[in-house]
Amino acid sequence: MPQEDTVDEHLLIMRGVSKGFVQGGRRIEVLADLNLTIHTGELVAIVGSSGSGKSTLVSLIAGLQTPDSGTIEFAAKPVSGPGPERGVVFQNYSLLPWLSVTDNIALAVNSVFPQWSTAERQEYVHKFIQMVNLSHAAHKRPSELSGGMRQRVSLARTLAIKPRLLLLDEPLSALDALTRAVLQQEIARICADEKITGLLITNDIDEALLLADRVIPLTAGPKATLGPSFVVDLPRPRDASVLFHTPEFRELRTKVMTHLLEMRHSTHASAKPARPLPSVIPVHERWRPVPKEAVSDQPSDVKFFAPKG
Amino acid sequence: MRLNKLDWLWMPLLVMVGVVLVWSLSSATWAPRLPTPTKTLQDSRLYILEPFAKRGEQDQGILRFTWYSLVLVAKGYVIAILVGTPLGFLLGMSKLFSKGFDPLIQILRPVSPLAWLPLGLILFGRLESAALFTIAICSMWPTVLNTAMGVRAIPQDYLNVGRVLRLSRWDMLGKIMIPAALPYMFTGYRLSLGLAWLVIVAAEMLTGAPGVGGFLWQEYNSDIPAHIILCILTIGLVGFVLDRLMSVVENRLRAA
Repeated sequence: MPQEDTVDEHLLIMRGVSKGFVQGGRRIEVLADLNLTIHTGELVAIVGSSGSGKSTLVSLIAGLQTPDSGTIEFAAKPVSGPGPERGVVFQNYSLLPWLSVTDNIALAVNSVFPQWSTAERQEYVHKFIQMVNLSHAAHKRPSELSGGMRQRVSLARTLAIKPRLLLLDEPLSALDALTRAVLQQEIARICADEKITGLLITNDIDEALLLADRVIPLTAGPKATLGPSFVVDLPRPRDASVLFHTPEFRELRTKVMTHLLEMRHSTHASAKPARPLPSVIPVHERWRPVPKEAVSDQPSDVKFFAPKG
Repeated sequence: MRLNKLDWLWMPLLVMVGVVLVWSLSSATWAPRLPTPTKTLQDSRLYILEPFAKRGEQDQGILRFTWYSLVLVAKGYVIAILVGTPLGFLLGMSKLFSKGFDPLIQILRPVSPLAWLPLGLILFGRLESAALFTIAICSMWPTVLNTAMGVRAIPQDYLNVGRVLRLSRWDMLGKIMIPAALPYMFTGYRLSLGLAWLVIVAAEMLTGAPGVGGFLWQEYNSDIPAHIILCILTIGLVGFVLDRLMSVVENRLRAA
Protein backbone atom coordinates (compact mmCIF):
# COMPACT_ATOMS: atom_id res chain seq x y z
CA MET A 1 0.00 0.00 0.00
CA PRO A 2 1.22 3.56 -0.68
CA GLN A 3 2.42 5.61 2.24
CA GLU A 4 0.30 8.34 3.69
CA ASP A 5 0.84 11.67 2.04
CA THR A 6 3.05 14.09 3.82
CA VAL A 7 0.82 16.98 4.69
CA ASP A 8 1.14 19.92 2.35
CA GLU A 9 -0.97 22.78 3.51
CA HIS A 10 -1.05 24.12 -0.06
CA LEU A 11 -1.18 21.13 -2.36
CA LEU A 12 -1.85 23.13 -5.51
CA ILE A 13 -1.08 26.77 -6.15
CA MET A 14 -1.93 28.50 -9.42
CA ARG A 15 -0.72 32.07 -9.86
CA GLY A 16 -1.76 34.37 -12.69
CA VAL A 17 -2.38 31.51 -15.10
CA SER A 18 -3.52 32.39 -18.63
CA LYS A 19 -4.16 30.17 -21.61
CA GLY A 20 -5.31 30.89 -25.13
CA PHE A 21 -5.66 29.14 -28.46
CA VAL A 22 -5.33 30.17 -32.04
CA GLN A 23 -8.42 29.26 -33.94
CA GLY A 24 -8.98 30.20 -37.56
CA GLY A 25 -6.13 32.71 -37.44
CA ARG A 26 -7.66 34.46 -34.43
CA ARG A 27 -6.32 34.16 -30.93
CA ILE A 28 -8.88 33.34 -28.29
CA GLU A 29 -7.99 33.91 -24.65
CA VAL A 30 -9.73 31.13 -22.76
CA LEU A 31 -8.45 31.67 -19.25
CA ALA A 32 -6.99 34.92 -17.97
CA ASP A 33 -5.11 35.65 -14.75
CA LEU A 34 -6.36 32.70 -12.81
CA ASN A 35 -5.40 32.23 -9.15
CA LEU A 36 -6.30 29.13 -7.18
CA THR A 37 -5.05 27.37 -4.08
CA ILE A 38 -6.15 23.93 -2.98
CA HIS A 39 -5.33 22.67 0.51
CA THR A 40 -4.73 19.05 1.33
CA GLY A 41 -7.92 17.28 2.32
CA GLU A 42 -10.44 19.70 0.87
CA LEU A 43 -12.77 19.27 -2.07
CA VAL A 44 -13.08 22.39 -4.17
CA ALA A 45 -15.79 22.79 -6.77
CA ILE A 46 -15.51 25.15 -9.70
CA VAL A 47 -18.83 26.12 -11.21
CA GLY A 48 -19.16 27.66 -14.62
CA SER A 49 -21.33 27.55 -17.67
CA SER A 50 -20.33 25.42 -20.63
CA GLY A 51 -17.68 26.92 -22.86
CA SER A 52 -16.11 28.88 -20.06
CA GLY A 53 -12.84 26.96 -20.24
CA LYS A 54 -13.41 24.52 -17.40
CA SER A 55 -11.87 21.58 -19.22
CA THR A 56 -8.87 23.70 -20.18
CA LEU A 57 -8.37 24.43 -16.50
CA VAL A 58 -8.32 20.70 -15.73
CA SER A 59 -5.88 20.03 -18.59
CA LEU A 60 -3.54 22.69 -17.22
CA ILE A 61 -3.56 21.28 -13.69
CA ALA A 62 -3.21 17.73 -15.01
CA GLY A 63 -0.21 18.90 -17.03
CA LEU A 64 -1.74 17.80 -20.35
CA GLN A 65 -1.41 21.41 -21.50
CA THR A 66 0.99 24.13 -20.44
CA PRO A 67 -0.11 27.64 -19.49
CA ASP A 68 0.92 30.60 -21.68
CA SER A 69 1.78 32.60 -18.59
CA GLY A 70 1.67 32.19 -14.84
CA THR A 71 2.80 29.29 -12.69
CA ILE A 72 1.22 26.08 -11.45
CA GLU A 73 2.83 24.46 -8.44
CA PHE A 74 1.87 21.04 -7.18
CA ALA A 75 3.28 19.83 -3.87
CA ALA A 76 5.77 22.71 -3.93
CA LYS A 77 7.11 21.72 -7.38
CA PRO A 78 6.21 23.32 -10.71
CA VAL A 79 3.97 21.12 -12.85
CA SER A 80 6.00 19.98 -15.86
CA GLY A 81 3.75 17.32 -17.32
CA PRO A 82 1.02 14.80 -16.56
CA GLY A 83 1.45 12.21 -13.82
CA PRO A 84 -0.52 9.77 -11.69
CA GLU A 85 -0.32 12.02 -8.61
CA ARG A 86 -2.89 14.20 -10.37
CA GLY A 87 -5.53 11.69 -11.49
CA VAL A 88 -8.17 12.84 -13.96
CA VAL A 89 -11.71 11.52 -14.29
CA PHE A 90 -12.53 12.62 -17.82
CA GLN A 91 -15.93 13.92 -18.85
CA ASN A 92 -16.30 11.29 -21.58
CA TYR A 93 -14.99 8.46 -19.38
CA SER A 94 -12.04 7.72 -21.73
CA LEU A 95 -12.16 4.01 -21.07
CA LEU A 96 -10.23 1.82 -23.46
CA PRO A 97 -12.99 0.01 -25.40
CA TRP A 98 -10.95 -3.15 -26.04
CA LEU A 99 -10.38 -3.81 -22.33
CA SER A 100 -12.83 -5.15 -19.75
CA VAL A 101 -13.69 -3.19 -16.63
CA THR A 102 -11.08 -5.15 -14.68
CA ASP A 103 -8.42 -4.72 -17.35
CA ASN A 104 -9.04 -0.99 -17.68
CA ILE A 105 -8.37 -0.56 -13.99
CA ALA A 106 -5.54 -3.11 -14.02
CA LEU A 107 -3.74 -1.18 -16.77
CA ALA A 108 -3.63 1.84 -14.48
CA VAL A 109 -2.69 -0.15 -11.38
CA ASN A 110 0.01 -2.17 -13.15
CA SER A 111 1.69 0.91 -14.53
CA VAL A 112 1.59 2.91 -11.30
CA PHE A 113 2.42 0.13 -8.82
CA PRO A 114 4.78 -2.15 -10.76
CA GLN A 115 6.58 -3.13 -7.55
CA TRP A 116 3.57 -5.05 -6.20
CA SER A 117 3.05 -8.77 -6.81
CA THR A 118 0.46 -9.91 -9.34
CA ALA A 119 -1.81 -11.24 -6.59
CA GLU A 120 -1.61 -8.00 -4.64
CA ARG A 121 -2.53 -6.00 -7.70
CA GLN A 122 -5.43 -8.30 -8.58
CA GLU A 123 -6.87 -7.99 -5.11
CA TYR A 124 -6.38 -4.23 -5.19
CA VAL A 125 -8.16 -3.88 -8.55
CA HIS A 126 -10.99 -6.01 -7.21
CA LYS A 127 -11.31 -3.77 -4.17
CA PHE A 128 -11.82 -0.71 -6.34
CA ILE A 129 -14.37 -2.42 -8.57
CA GLN A 130 -16.25 -3.24 -5.39
CA MET A 131 -15.95 0.32 -4.16
CA VAL A 132 -17.96 1.59 -7.13
CA ASN A 133 -20.41 -1.34 -6.94
CA LEU A 134 -19.46 -2.94 -10.26
CA SER A 135 -18.42 -6.44 -9.18
CA HIS A 136 -21.21 -7.94 -11.28
CA ALA A 137 -19.85 -6.23 -14.42
CA ALA A 138 -16.13 -6.78 -13.83
CA HIS A 139 -15.65 -8.76 -17.05
CA LYS A 140 -17.77 -6.58 -19.29
CA ARG A 141 -16.45 -4.25 -21.95
CA PRO A 142 -17.26 -0.53 -21.74
CA SER A 143 -19.62 -0.83 -24.72
CA GLU A 144 -21.81 -3.16 -22.67
CA LEU A 145 -22.18 -0.65 -19.83
CA SER A 146 -24.49 2.31 -19.31
CA GLY A 147 -23.08 5.83 -19.07
CA GLY A 148 -23.33 5.80 -15.30
CA MET A 149 -21.51 2.48 -15.05
CA ARG A 150 -18.78 3.70 -17.39
CA GLN A 151 -18.22 6.75 -15.24
CA ARG A 152 -17.98 4.49 -12.19
CA VAL A 153 -15.24 2.52 -13.93
CA SER A 154 -13.45 5.71 -14.84
CA LEU A 155 -13.73 6.90 -11.24
CA ALA A 156 -12.43 3.57 -9.90
CA ARG A 157 -9.55 3.61 -12.37
CA THR A 158 -8.49 7.06 -11.25
CA LEU A 159 -8.98 6.40 -7.53
CA ALA A 160 -6.96 3.19 -7.85
CA ILE A 161 -3.79 5.06 -8.76
CA LYS A 162 -4.04 6.89 -5.42
CA PRO A 163 -3.76 10.42 -6.79
CA ARG A 164 -2.86 13.09 -4.29
CA LEU A 165 -5.26 15.36 -6.17
CA LEU A 166 -8.36 13.97 -7.84
CA LEU A 167 -9.46 16.05 -10.83
CA LEU A 168 -13.10 15.50 -11.71
CA ASP A 169 -13.80 17.12 -15.10
CA GLU A 170 -17.60 17.39 -15.29
CA PRO A 171 -17.81 13.70 -14.47
CA LEU A 172 -21.60 13.55 -14.32
CA SER A 173 -22.71 16.06 -16.93
CA ALA A 174 -23.40 13.42 -19.58
CA LEU A 175 -25.66 11.38 -17.30
CA ASP A 176 -29.40 11.48 -16.67
CA ALA A 177 -30.66 13.19 -13.53
CA LEU A 178 -31.36 10.03 -11.54
CA THR A 179 -28.01 8.37 -12.32
CA ARG A 180 -26.33 11.67 -11.54
CA ALA A 181 -27.98 11.87 -8.12
CA VAL A 182 -26.94 8.31 -7.28
CA LEU A 183 -23.35 8.90 -8.39
CA GLN A 184 -23.18 12.18 -6.48
CA GLN A 185 -23.97 10.28 -3.30
CA GLU A 186 -21.31 7.68 -4.14
CA ILE A 187 -18.68 10.29 -4.88
CA ALA A 188 -19.53 12.02 -1.60
CA ARG A 189 -19.19 8.71 0.28
CA ILE A 190 -15.91 7.73 -1.41
CA CYS A 191 -14.37 11.18 -0.95
CA ALA A 192 -15.23 11.11 2.74
CA ASP A 193 -14.03 7.51 3.25
CA GLU A 194 -10.79 7.96 1.34
CA LYS A 195 -10.09 11.52 2.61
CA ILE A 196 -9.68 12.72 -0.93
CA THR A 197 -8.28 16.06 -1.97
CA GLY A 198 -10.20 16.93 -5.08
CA LEU A 199 -11.14 19.51 -7.62
CA LEU A 200 -14.61 19.09 -9.07
CA ILE A 201 -15.48 20.94 -12.24
CA THR A 202 -19.19 21.21 -12.84
CA ASN A 203 -21.95 23.31 -14.35
CA ASP A 204 -24.39 22.32 -11.61
CA ILE A 205 -24.48 24.56 -8.52
CA ASP A 206 -26.46 21.99 -6.51
CA GLU A 207 -23.87 19.33 -7.26
CA ALA A 208 -21.07 21.67 -6.23
CA LEU A 209 -22.77 22.56 -2.94
CA LEU A 210 -23.61 18.93 -2.26
CA LEU A 211 -20.06 17.66 -2.65
CA ALA A 212 -17.61 20.48 -2.01
CA ASP A 213 -16.08 22.24 0.95
CA ARG A 214 -15.59 25.33 -1.13
CA VAL A 215 -17.30 26.55 -4.30
CA ILE A 216 -15.63 28.95 -6.71
CA PRO A 217 -17.50 30.44 -9.66
CA LEU A 218 -15.73 30.68 -13.02
CA THR A 219 -16.84 33.56 -15.22
CA ALA A 220 -18.09 32.90 -18.71
CA GLY A 221 -15.27 32.87 -21.29
CA PRO A 222 -13.47 34.18 -23.18
CA LYS A 223 -10.96 35.49 -20.64
CA ALA A 224 -12.62 33.46 -17.93
CA THR A 225 -11.31 33.91 -14.43
CA LEU A 226 -12.20 32.69 -10.96
CA GLY A 227 -14.42 34.59 -8.55
CA PRO A 228 -14.19 34.58 -4.76
CA SER A 229 -14.62 31.24 -3.01
CA PHE A 230 -17.77 30.44 -1.06
CA VAL A 231 -17.15 28.17 1.92
CA VAL A 232 -19.76 25.45 2.15
CA ASP A 233 -20.04 24.74 5.88
CA LEU A 234 -23.06 22.48 5.60
CA PRO A 235 -22.88 19.41 7.86
CA ARG A 236 -21.89 16.03 6.37
CA PRO A 237 -23.07 13.55 5.31
CA ARG A 238 -25.26 15.69 3.12
CA ASP A 239 -28.50 14.16 1.98
CA ALA A 240 -29.69 15.86 -1.19
CA SER A 241 -33.39 15.44 -0.46
CA VAL A 242 -33.07 17.12 2.96
CA LEU A 243 -30.29 19.55 2.12
CA PHE A 244 -32.02 21.21 -0.81
CA HIS A 245 -34.79 22.43 1.49
CA THR A 246 -32.65 23.93 4.23
CA PRO A 247 -32.40 27.73 4.39
CA GLU A 248 -28.57 27.56 4.69
CA PHE A 249 -28.35 25.71 1.40
CA ARG A 250 -30.75 28.07 -0.33
CA GLU A 251 -28.90 31.10 0.90
CA LEU A 252 -25.55 29.75 -0.36
CA ARG A 253 -27.07 28.73 -3.65
CA THR A 254 -28.51 32.21 -4.15
CA LYS A 255 -25.16 33.82 -3.34
CA VAL A 256 -23.22 31.69 -5.81
CA MET A 257 -25.87 32.05 -8.49
CA THR A 258 -26.05 35.81 -8.02
CA HIS A 259 -22.31 36.03 -8.30
CA LEU A 260 -22.24 33.95 -11.48
CA LEU A 261 -24.93 36.15 -13.00
CA GLU A 262 -23.22 39.37 -11.93
CA MET A 263 -19.90 38.26 -13.38
CA ARG A 264 -21.73 37.39 -16.54
CA HIS A 265 -23.16 40.89 -16.77
CA SER A 266 -19.82 42.53 -16.17
CA THR A 267 -18.03 40.46 -18.81
CA HIS A 268 -20.76 41.09 -21.32
CA ALA A 269 -21.23 44.76 -20.51
CA SER A 270 -19.63 45.76 -23.77
CA ALA A 271 -21.70 43.36 -25.79
CA LYS A 272 -24.45 44.56 -28.07
CA PRO A 273 -27.86 44.85 -26.43
CA ALA A 274 -30.09 41.88 -27.11
CA ARG A 275 -32.02 42.32 -30.32
CA PRO A 276 -35.77 42.34 -29.70
CA LEU A 277 -37.67 39.65 -31.56
CA PRO A 278 -40.06 40.95 -34.21
CA SER A 279 -43.63 40.93 -33.01
CA VAL A 280 -45.47 38.34 -35.02
CA ILE A 281 -49.17 38.33 -35.69
CA PRO A 282 -50.78 35.23 -37.16
CA VAL A 283 -53.16 35.99 -40.01
CA HIS A 284 -55.87 33.46 -40.87
CA GLU A 285 -57.00 33.37 -44.43
CA ARG A 286 -60.72 33.55 -44.92
CA TRP A 287 -62.36 30.19 -44.97
CA ARG A 288 -63.43 29.03 -48.39
CA PRO A 289 -64.70 25.69 -49.60
CA VAL A 290 -61.83 23.38 -50.51
CA PRO A 291 -62.10 20.66 -53.16
CA LYS A 292 -62.23 17.30 -51.45
CA GLU A 293 -59.02 15.84 -52.94
CA ALA A 294 -57.01 18.84 -51.74
CA VAL A 295 -57.83 18.14 -48.10
CA SER A 296 -54.84 16.85 -46.26
CA ASP A 297 -53.98 16.39 -42.64
CA GLN A 298 -51.77 19.45 -42.74
CA PRO A 299 -52.91 22.19 -40.37
CA SER A 300 -55.10 24.82 -41.96
CA ASP A 301 -53.36 27.66 -43.74
CA VAL A 302 -51.82 29.95 -41.21
CA LYS A 303 -49.50 32.65 -42.41
CA PHE A 304 -47.23 34.82 -40.37
CA PHE A 305 -45.92 38.20 -41.18
CA ALA A 306 -43.72 40.58 -39.33
CA PRO A 307 -44.84 44.22 -39.43
CA LYS A 308 -42.14 46.54 -40.73
CA GLY A 309 -40.16 48.55 -38.24
CA MET B 1 -39.31 -5.52 -57.16
CA ARG B 2 -40.47 -7.58 -54.23
CA LEU B 3 -37.77 -9.11 -52.11
CA ASN B 4 -37.79 -12.76 -51.27
CA LYS B 5 -36.09 -14.54 -48.40
CA LEU B 6 -34.17 -16.79 -50.77
CA ASP B 7 -32.92 -13.90 -52.94
CA TRP B 8 -29.40 -14.50 -51.72
CA LEU B 9 -29.53 -17.99 -53.23
CA TRP B 10 -31.40 -17.79 -56.48
CA MET B 11 -30.26 -14.36 -57.67
CA PRO B 12 -26.56 -15.37 -57.82
CA LEU B 13 -27.59 -18.66 -59.42
CA LEU B 14 -29.57 -16.78 -62.06
CA VAL B 15 -26.59 -14.54 -62.82
CA MET B 16 -24.30 -17.57 -63.12
CA VAL B 17 -26.66 -19.35 -65.47
CA GLY B 18 -26.72 -16.17 -67.54
CA VAL B 19 -22.94 -16.04 -67.67
CA VAL B 20 -22.72 -19.70 -68.74
CA LEU B 21 -25.26 -19.00 -71.48
CA VAL B 22 -23.30 -16.03 -72.81
CA TRP B 23 -20.13 -18.14 -72.58
CA SER B 24 -21.72 -21.00 -74.58
CA LEU B 25 -23.10 -18.63 -77.17
CA SER B 26 -19.74 -16.89 -77.51
CA SER B 27 -17.81 -20.09 -78.08
CA ALA B 28 -20.44 -21.17 -80.62
CA THR B 29 -20.33 -17.91 -82.55
CA TRP B 30 -17.65 -15.22 -82.45
CA ALA B 31 -14.96 -16.92 -80.28
CA PRO B 32 -14.37 -20.37 -81.77
CA ARG B 33 -11.15 -20.89 -79.77
CA LEU B 34 -13.03 -20.50 -76.49
CA PRO B 35 -13.99 -23.98 -75.23
CA THR B 36 -17.61 -24.51 -74.29
CA PRO B 37 -18.47 -24.90 -70.59
CA THR B 38 -18.85 -28.68 -70.96
CA LYS B 39 -15.55 -28.98 -72.82
CA THR B 40 -13.88 -26.92 -70.08
CA LEU B 41 -15.25 -29.21 -67.42
CA GLN B 42 -14.19 -32.35 -69.32
CA ASP B 43 -10.64 -31.11 -69.91
CA SER B 44 -10.32 -29.99 -66.28
CA ARG B 45 -11.74 -33.14 -64.70
CA LEU B 46 -8.40 -34.73 -63.94
CA TYR B 47 -7.10 -31.57 -62.26
CA ILE B 48 -10.21 -31.11 -60.14
CA LEU B 49 -10.84 -34.74 -59.21
CA GLU B 50 -7.22 -35.33 -58.24
CA PRO B 51 -6.49 -31.88 -56.82
CA PHE B 52 -3.29 -32.86 -55.02
CA ALA B 53 -1.80 -35.21 -57.65
CA LYS B 54 1.74 -34.64 -58.83
CA ARG B 55 2.37 -36.14 -62.24
CA GLY B 56 5.25 -33.89 -63.17
CA GLU B 57 6.74 -30.50 -62.39
CA GLN B 58 4.22 -28.64 -64.56
CA ASP B 59 1.42 -31.21 -64.39
CA GLN B 60 -0.12 -31.22 -60.93
CA GLY B 61 -3.56 -31.08 -59.34
CA ILE B 62 -5.11 -27.61 -59.18
CA LEU B 63 -5.12 -27.39 -55.38
CA ARG B 64 -1.47 -28.45 -55.28
CA PHE B 65 -0.65 -25.54 -57.58
CA THR B 66 -2.84 -23.30 -55.44
CA TRP B 67 -0.90 -24.38 -52.38
CA TYR B 68 2.43 -23.41 -54.02
CA SER B 69 0.98 -20.03 -54.88
CA LEU B 70 -0.42 -19.52 -51.39
CA VAL B 71 2.96 -20.28 -49.80
CA LEU B 72 4.65 -17.73 -52.05
CA VAL B 73 1.91 -15.17 -51.35
CA ALA B 74 2.16 -15.79 -47.62
CA LYS B 75 5.90 -15.09 -47.66
CA GLY B 76 5.53 -11.89 -49.65
CA TYR B 77 2.55 -10.80 -47.60
CA VAL B 78 4.40 -11.28 -44.31
CA ILE B 79 7.22 -9.10 -45.63
CA ALA B 80 4.66 -6.49 -46.71
CA ILE B 81 3.08 -6.43 -43.26
CA LEU B 82 6.38 -6.40 -41.40
CA VAL B 83 7.59 -3.45 -43.43
CA GLY B 84 4.25 -1.72 -43.96
CA THR B 85 2.96 -1.62 -40.39
CA PRO B 86 5.91 0.22 -38.81
CA LEU B 87 6.05 2.52 -41.81
CA GLY B 88 2.37 3.26 -41.32
CA PHE B 89 2.94 4.00 -37.64
CA LEU B 90 5.75 6.42 -38.46
CA LEU B 91 3.57 8.16 -41.03
CA GLY B 92 0.67 8.35 -38.59
CA MET B 93 2.69 9.62 -35.65
CA SER B 94 4.93 12.18 -37.30
CA LYS B 95 3.59 14.98 -39.45
CA LEU B 96 7.10 15.69 -40.68
CA PHE B 97 7.68 12.08 -41.69
CA SER B 98 4.30 12.05 -43.35
CA LYS B 99 5.09 15.18 -45.36
CA GLY B 100 8.37 13.68 -46.50
CA PHE B 101 7.13 10.25 -47.49
CA ASP B 102 3.65 10.92 -48.77
CA PRO B 103 4.63 12.02 -52.30
CA LEU B 104 6.98 9.04 -52.65
CA ILE B 105 4.23 6.64 -51.63
CA GLN B 106 1.76 8.24 -53.99
CA ILE B 107 4.26 7.79 -56.82
CA LEU B 108 5.23 4.20 -56.04
CA ARG B 109 1.72 2.98 -55.26
CA PRO B 110 0.32 2.86 -58.81
CA VAL B 111 3.35 1.06 -60.27
CA SER B 112 2.34 -2.30 -61.76
CA PRO B 113 3.83 -5.60 -60.58
CA LEU B 114 5.01 -6.14 -64.14
CA ALA B 115 7.26 -3.13 -63.70
CA TRP B 116 8.63 -4.14 -60.30
CA LEU B 117 9.58 -7.69 -61.25
CA PRO B 118 12.48 -6.86 -63.58
CA LEU B 119 13.86 -4.51 -60.94
CA GLY B 120 13.56 -7.33 -58.39
CA LEU B 121 15.51 -9.61 -60.72
CA ILE B 122 18.25 -7.03 -61.06
CA LEU B 123 18.37 -6.44 -57.31
CA PHE B 124 18.19 -10.02 -56.06
CA GLY B 125 19.07 -12.23 -58.99
CA ARG B 126 17.03 -15.19 -57.82
CA LEU B 127 13.56 -15.69 -59.27
CA GLU B 128 11.82 -16.38 -55.99
CA SER B 129 13.37 -13.36 -54.27
CA ALA B 130 12.30 -11.17 -57.16
CA ALA B 131 8.75 -12.55 -56.91
CA LEU B 132 8.67 -11.93 -53.15
CA PHE B 133 10.00 -8.42 -53.65
CA THR B 134 7.28 -7.73 -56.19
CA ILE B 135 4.48 -9.15 -54.03
CA ALA B 136 5.69 -7.27 -50.96
CA ILE B 137 6.16 -3.90 -52.60
CA CYS B 138 2.87 -4.04 -54.49
CA SER B 139 0.71 -5.24 -51.61
CA MET B 140 2.27 -3.08 -48.91
CA TRP B 141 0.49 0.21 -49.61
CA PRO B 142 -2.99 -0.45 -48.19
CA THR B 143 -1.32 -1.60 -44.96
CA VAL B 144 0.85 1.52 -44.83
CA LEU B 145 -1.97 3.95 -45.58
CA ASN B 146 -4.62 2.34 -43.36
CA THR B 147 -2.24 1.97 -40.44
CA ALA B 148 -1.29 5.61 -40.77
CA MET B 149 -4.96 6.57 -40.87
CA GLY B 150 -5.69 4.39 -37.84
CA VAL B 151 -2.87 5.96 -35.85
CA ARG B 152 -4.05 9.46 -36.74
CA ALA B 153 -7.57 8.50 -35.65
CA ILE B 154 -6.57 7.42 -32.13
CA PRO B 155 -8.66 9.62 -29.81
CA GLN B 156 -6.59 12.14 -27.87
CA ASP B 157 -8.40 10.95 -24.74
CA TYR B 158 -6.84 7.50 -24.94
CA LEU B 159 -3.41 9.06 -25.28
CA ASN B 160 -4.16 11.36 -22.34
CA VAL B 161 -5.01 8.34 -20.21
CA GLY B 162 -1.59 6.92 -21.05
CA ARG B 163 0.11 10.23 -20.35
CA VAL B 164 -1.51 10.61 -16.93
CA LEU B 165 -0.35 7.07 -16.10
CA ARG B 166 3.13 7.99 -17.40
CA LEU B 167 3.25 4.89 -19.57
CA SER B 168 6.61 4.13 -21.10
CA ARG B 169 7.04 4.63 -24.85
CA TRP B 170 6.62 0.90 -25.47
CA ASP B 171 3.61 0.51 -23.20
CA MET B 172 2.00 3.49 -24.89
CA LEU B 173 2.54 1.76 -28.22
CA GLY B 174 1.59 -1.75 -27.15
CA LYS B 175 -1.21 -1.05 -24.72
CA ILE B 176 -2.89 1.98 -26.24
CA MET B 177 -1.83 2.86 -29.77
CA ILE B 178 -1.75 -0.60 -31.40
CA PRO B 179 -5.05 -1.81 -29.91
CA ALA B 180 -6.71 1.51 -30.79
CA ALA B 181 -5.47 1.40 -34.40
CA LEU B 182 -5.98 -2.35 -34.86
CA PRO B 183 -9.33 -2.23 -36.70
CA TYR B 184 -7.84 0.13 -39.29
CA MET B 185 -4.69 -1.96 -39.51
CA PHE B 186 -6.76 -5.04 -40.28
CA THR B 187 -8.64 -3.28 -43.03
CA GLY B 188 -5.22 -2.58 -44.49
CA TYR B 189 -4.15 -6.20 -44.01
CA ARG B 190 -7.27 -7.45 -45.79
CA LEU B 191 -6.76 -5.14 -48.77
CA SER B 192 -3.07 -6.03 -48.87
CA LEU B 193 -3.82 -9.73 -48.95
CA GLY B 194 -6.15 -9.17 -51.90
CA LEU B 195 -3.40 -7.30 -53.73
CA ALA B 196 -0.77 -9.93 -52.88
CA TRP B 197 -2.98 -12.59 -54.42
CA LEU B 198 -3.51 -10.40 -57.46
CA VAL B 199 0.23 -9.97 -57.91
CA ILE B 200 1.11 -13.65 -57.53
CA VAL B 201 -0.24 -14.54 -60.96
CA ALA B 202 1.76 -11.86 -62.68
CA ALA B 203 4.86 -12.86 -60.73
CA GLU B 204 4.46 -16.56 -61.50
CA MET B 205 3.72 -15.93 -65.15
CA LEU B 206 6.97 -14.04 -65.49
CA THR B 207 9.14 -16.28 -63.35
CA GLY B 208 7.59 -19.57 -64.49
CA ALA B 209 7.44 -20.78 -60.91
CA PRO B 210 5.03 -23.71 -60.34
CA GLY B 211 1.68 -22.43 -59.10
CA VAL B 212 -1.70 -21.40 -60.46
CA GLY B 213 -0.25 -18.45 -62.33
CA GLY B 214 2.62 -20.45 -63.76
CA PHE B 215 0.26 -23.23 -64.77
CA LEU B 216 -2.04 -20.74 -66.47
CA TRP B 217 0.77 -19.31 -68.58
CA GLN B 218 2.12 -22.76 -69.44
CA GLU B 219 -1.29 -23.99 -70.55
CA TYR B 220 -1.66 -20.89 -72.71
CA ASN B 221 1.63 -21.77 -74.36
CA SER B 222 0.51 -25.40 -74.75
CA ASP B 223 -2.78 -24.15 -76.24
CA ILE B 224 -5.11 -25.79 -73.70
CA PRO B 225 -7.61 -22.95 -73.20
CA ALA B 226 -9.86 -24.98 -70.87
CA HIS B 227 -7.13 -24.93 -68.24
CA ILE B 228 -6.81 -21.17 -68.49
CA ILE B 229 -10.46 -20.90 -67.50
CA LEU B 230 -9.93 -23.43 -64.74
CA CYS B 231 -7.07 -21.30 -63.39
CA ILE B 232 -9.05 -18.09 -63.58
CA LEU B 233 -11.93 -19.62 -61.65
CA THR B 234 -9.55 -21.07 -59.04
CA ILE B 235 -7.77 -17.75 -58.58
CA GLY B 236 -11.08 -15.96 -58.18
CA LEU B 237 -12.46 -18.45 -55.69
CA VAL B 238 -9.30 -18.49 -53.59
CA GLY B 239 -9.18 -14.70 -53.56
CA PHE B 240 -12.81 -14.61 -52.48
CA VAL B 241 -12.23 -17.09 -49.65
CA LEU B 242 -9.15 -15.20 -48.43
CA ASP B 243 -11.09 -11.95 -48.36
CA ARG B 244 -13.98 -13.55 -46.45
CA LEU B 245 -11.61 -15.03 -43.88
CA MET B 246 -9.92 -11.70 -43.32
CA SER B 247 -13.18 -9.81 -43.01
CA VAL B 248 -14.36 -12.29 -40.37
CA VAL B 249 -11.27 -11.41 -38.31
CA GLU B 250 -11.75 -7.73 -39.08
CA ASN B 251 -15.37 -7.72 -37.94
CA ARG B 252 -14.49 -9.48 -34.72
CA LEU B 253 -11.93 -6.76 -34.04
CA ARG B 254 -14.42 -4.01 -34.77
CA ALA B 255 -16.99 -5.56 -32.49
CA ALA B 256 -14.46 -5.75 -29.67
